[in-house]
Amino acid sequence: MLRRRLGVAATGAVLALAVAACGGGSGSSTPSSSGGAAAGSDSKAEFNAALTQVVNPSDKKGGILKFANGGDWDSLDPGDTYYGYSWNFIRLYGRSLLMFKSAVGKEGNQLVPDLAEDMGTPSDDAKTWTYKLKKGIKFEDGTPVTSKDVKYAVERSFDKEVFPDGYTYFNDFLDWPKGYKGAYKSKDVNTDSAIETPDDYTIVFHLKQPLSNFDYFAQLPATIPVPKDKDTGAKYKEHIISTGPYKFEKNEIGKGFTLVRNDKWDPATDPNRKALPDGYEVSTNVNADDIDNRIIAGDLDVDVAGIGAQPAALGRLLSDPAMKANTDNPTSTRLWYTSINGNVPPLDNIECRKAVEYAADKVALQTAWGGEFSGGQIATSMLPPAIPGHEDFNLYPPGADNKGDLAKAKEALAACGQPNGFETNISYRAERPKEKAAAEALQQSLGRVGIKLTLKPFPQADYFALYAGKPGYAKENKIGLAQNGWMSDWPDGFGFLQQIVDSRVIRDTGGSSNISVRDPEVDKLIDQAMKETDTNARNALWTQIDKKVMEGAYVLPNVWTKTLLVRSKNATNIFVNEAYGMYDYLGMGVK
Amino acid sequence: MVTYIIRRLIWAFVMLTIVSIVTFAIFFLVPRLAGATSESLAARYVGRTASAEQVKIAAEKLGFNDPLVVQYGRFAKGIVAGADYDYGPGVEHCPAPCFGYSFLTRLPVWPDLMDRLPVTISLAIGAAVIWVIAGVATGVLSALKRGSVFDRAAMSVALAGVSLPIFFTGIVSLVVFSYGTPFRITAPGGSFTPFDENPAMWAYNLILPWITLAFLYAAGYARLTRAGMLETMNEDYIRTARAKGLNERTVVVKHGLRGALTPILTIFGLDLGLLLGGAVLTESTYSLPGMGKYAIDAILAQDLPKVMGVTLVAAFFVVFANLIVDLLYAVVDPRVRLG
Amino acid sequence: MSFLELKDLRIHFPTDDGLVKSVDGLSFTLERGKTLGIVGESGSGKSVTSLGILGLHKGGRARISGEIWLDGEELVGASQEHVRTLRGKKMAMIFQDPLSAMHPFYTVGDQIIEAYRIHNDVSKKVARKHAIDMLGRVGIPQPERRVDSYPHEFSGGMRQRAMIAMALSCDPELLIADEPTTALDVTVQAQILDLMRDLQRDFNAALIIITHDLGVVAELSDDILVMYGGKCVEYGTSDDIFERPEHPYTWGLLGSMPRLDREPTERLMPIKGSPPSLINVPSGCAFHPRCAFEERTGGRAATQVPELLETEGGHLVRCHLPRERRRAIWENEIKPNLEAS
Repeated sequence: MLRRRLGVAATGAVLALAVAACGGGSGSSTPSSSGGAAAGSDSKAEFNAALTQVVNPSDKKGGILKFANGGDWDSLDPGDTYYGYSWNFIRLYGRSLLMFKSAVGKEGNQLVPDLAEDMGTPSDDAKTWTYKLKKGIKFEDGTPVTSKDVKYAVERSFDKEVFPDGYTYFNDFLDWPKGYKGAYKSKDVNTDSAIETPDDYTIVFHLKQPLSNFDYFAQLPATIPVPKDKDTGAKYKEHIISTGPYKFEKNEIGKGFTLVRNDKWDPATDPNRKALPDGYEVSTNVNADDIDNRIIAGDLDVDVAGIGAQPAALGRLLSDPAMKANTDNPTSTRLWYTSINGNVPPLDNIECRKAVEYAADKVALQTAWGGEFSGGQIATSMLPPAIPGHEDFNLYPPGADNKGDLAKAKEALAACGQPNGFETNISYRAERPKEKAAAEALQQSLGRVGIKLTLKPFPQADYFALYAGKPGYAKENKIGLAQNGWMSDWPDGFGFLQQIVDSRVIRDTGGSSNISVRDPEVDKLIDQAMKETDTNARNALWTQIDKKVMEGAYVLPNVWTKTLLVRSKNATNIFVNEAYGMYDYLGMGVK
Repeated sequence: MVTYIIRRLIWAFVMLTIVSIVTFAIFFLVPRLAGATSESLAARYVGRTASAEQVKIAAEKLGFNDPLVVQYGRFAKGIVAGADYDYGPGVEHCPAPCFGYSFLTRLPVWPDLMDRLPVTISLAIGAAVIWVIAGVATGVLSALKRGSVFDRAAMSVALAGVSLPIFFTGIVSLVVFSYGTPFRITAPGGSFTPFDENPAMWAYNLILPWITLAFLYAAGYARLTRAGMLETMNEDYIRTARAKGLNERTVVVKHGLRGALTPILTIFGLDLGLLLGGAVLTESTYSLPGMGKYAIDAILAQDLPKVMGVTLVAAFFVVFANLIVDLLYAVVDPRVRLG
Repeated sequence: MSFLELKDLRIHFPTDDGLVKSVDGLSFTLERGKTLGIVGESGSGKSVTSLGILGLHKGGRARISGEIWLDGEELVGASQEHVRTLRGKKMAMIFQDPLSAMHPFYTVGDQIIEAYRIHNDVSKKVARKHAIDMLGRVGIPQPERRVDSYPHEFSGGMRQRAMIAMALSCDPELLIADEPTTALDVTVQAQILDLMRDLQRDFNAALIIITHDLGVVAELSDDILVMYGGKCVEYGTSDDIFERPEHPYTWGLLGSMPRLDREPTERLMPIKGSPPSLINVPSGCAFHPRCAFEERTGGRAATQVPELLETEGGHLVRCHLPRERRRAIWENEIKPNLEAS
């Protein structure tokens, strides 16, 4: 095998690694000085370059890209997967009605037609969405893809007993017949009330309520067609029938799989995919530190989970300028925040909630979450920068040094009638050391104005169902503050905000991620946004909602997470797609 | 002898049953005692932000609503008689021994185990060959040249070997011999090549883990062999062997080493039995898809059927190795009679 | 020249505490068909002497000097490899405790076969037949069955017989038996001694019996050599030693000799004190601190090392007491006491 691409350049890197491995930390050897081929073609590689441009652009075909996963996919089945990286990757072997464009930065947030000829056509009330399918698209066995295959795919994904990992967007929003249980258990039930296929190339979705952004549903992997006669339910993930440019050659769940070219994929039907490499080798359940070291060494191309470098490699990457120049630090669509529960006095008074906002030391919080590069960017509102509708604003400026405005905090406390502060509890998930660190940081910074916090760890499995997320329990046990986090399913105000700011999702039985936002005006704005089919107008509404939530001081945003990604030494077309907050897996090729 | 073996086999069966009950209790009973409900348990095995309805379905599907005895009975029955599993479009029969279906992947556990076993066996056997040869040879030479420079050096290295953890020696070995080096011994994780597919690649991918693992064990075996040899070489029967006119090599190997072999063989059997259940640290460090990696992944993911399965298989090897060692003991030392 | 001749043999072991002079100037001769008994307490150097003849004294560390002539060959200066080829074949040894001296993991037969095949290029089958013959000859019943037994399956006496069979398997010309009966009870002792006498006659070998017990060699030996502190203190025919002993140490040994008509633990005249340290050998006569007649030497015993001198007809004694004095003591003070008991 020709595995010698690195040559001499490797020795320097090995030395640096050896020093680091022995606990030396700051190895000063510079791999580039030995004239490495790795840096050769790309002279202007610099930190964060792939956030705004394509690094190593090339149209060269061929080669194999090597991916590794520190854990494993929840499922490779398009109807049963709910990880961002999986949706990023799935575009290689599956085509949904729409998809996120394979493009740099904000452009990657853009939806483009994939199976469909065009974007969805809504009815006036935004309750019916129609898509026309392209002709000439085939499964890997040569069978043409029809709208019935898409319908079947959505119907089968309904069955959460067989597919427990997936989302329930289609279950919740489509107008299914009463008592419908999915394609397996309700085999002969007519489902035209939910999905109609008037002909082989038309599919019509009927919704129970208006939904202006249904196009985001149409990019979900559940719309990737599944041939009914090849469907093996829970076992389909072992033998997926591809519609994309690559198909499975070998697939060993838990160990890895290989993708090879799918000769039934017709590039004429697909303007979105370059399909440069000849194939992909993917290993799963690989030691995470091993992945980092191999990517740095050039033995491996991508950490497919996109979780960024592990602490062991982080220091080395950031301290060596040559190494750092080969990394990117995107902000993801995940927000870590603190819910401020208005049900727990004295936080029922907005002034007391504002005191929390002002007194918080944002720098200490950022450190608690892992610092500037692997923790996140200090958040001042809810919507992450990558999501359309995000606007930079800061209603509670925490002083010039970002360490809190104590004077303002004391003013607010006085206005609240608690000039000497008050006592309350802060909950976090016991299994998460970073949530604990954040809670401790808050305990310290709020203590400066007399707000005394007691730490209350709870098991994460029941955090929302029984403790922090159960209104009765939270009120009774005075859980005024609760560490919380959210990640958007797609870069859209609805995808990010609806589940965490709509007060109507809060149930007395618990289980809701929204712990604290109870504002009728916010609810009204959400309904408005869900009906608004004009994208720009809709995004403006989400901005308004974000501001409203912050005005109410229902949440204290901590950070928008960031990860440190390492660019492959062998790959071309490396860029970060904002829709996924990681490298775009569709564009990459091999040098 | 036959009755002895039968008695031991019955005992082995009892042991495995106890192991399965204890494992089951740790992962199924203890959380219940700590207040977990069937729903809160099921919540681990559904997608993120799953609705209460979704969790309820999962709890029912995974059988969490049944009494624990019924749940254990179902598990035990599957091993003996097989089980049926509804995978969606149809029902599949999982033949005995059916170790159940993963809570996460919803795939049967037994084929996974059978798939992982060759990796662990390859790792364990290969390392064992290296450590036995290297360890015993070093121990014998050290004992014969007691106090020499070789003896001191070998025993220092041996001390290092037994005290350095795999995750240190393993990473050092990767840094030196693999990451970015021109020869790049071992590819990234999951790079196991079955022996019958390509013996050369099989060995190539395993050589680093073998040596790292063998280093840990060889050290102990060297010390054990050395101590044993120092003892046996002072035995009267060694003098007798010399008095017969045997050459020194025969005296050392046939009489000396043979006399020192019994404790080594005992330890070896137990070590190998344990390793066949999975070398957790080695497999994790090198991302080898063996039983140990499977076990640690299953435990971290709380995938209980997998944990049960891998625990039982590992326990089987330990119990089995014990039995073999006891039987071998009688072969090695004729003074031992089984009854 | 004699069949076996030792000339001024010295075997010294350097240790951290000092030089251990286990054998310090020993000379004797032995002919084929004759038996020599070497008698002494433990630590007197008798076992080291026998190991030295076989070249089995701890190789690298021991300093050996003097000459050992066996059938016209000098062994001290010979190569280790050459001496090895003689071991088992030309000279063989019977060890004290056959349970520990035989390998516990091999059958008795295997161990005899191994001994035989080192020196005889024969098939396993032939060697096995020979082993069975040998076991039969040493009086083991059902040898064809017992050949496959392990040492621990034999009784003590049987084990010693097997040990003898192993030593005799290659028809050695010199046989050294180191305390061959010590581990056995009294009746079995007698049987083994009878067996050894018969076999020696049949094989016409030169036999050295090493023991701390004069009783063992009484009937078997032609000559007896008494060792003390690494040196020979008295040497003579069996008659010389039993009828006309002249060394106070020999008297002591005779006095403490267990006899069949006495309880084995009962000692009439035990020798007071304990054997000398071989590192700090007492000045003068090594035996003088324990000697009941030391004061009769006029102080010489403590300062001067006595020579080994012939009294008459090959009877050698190492003692400062004048010969007449020794004889008088034996006749008047020791002998009557021994007979009275």
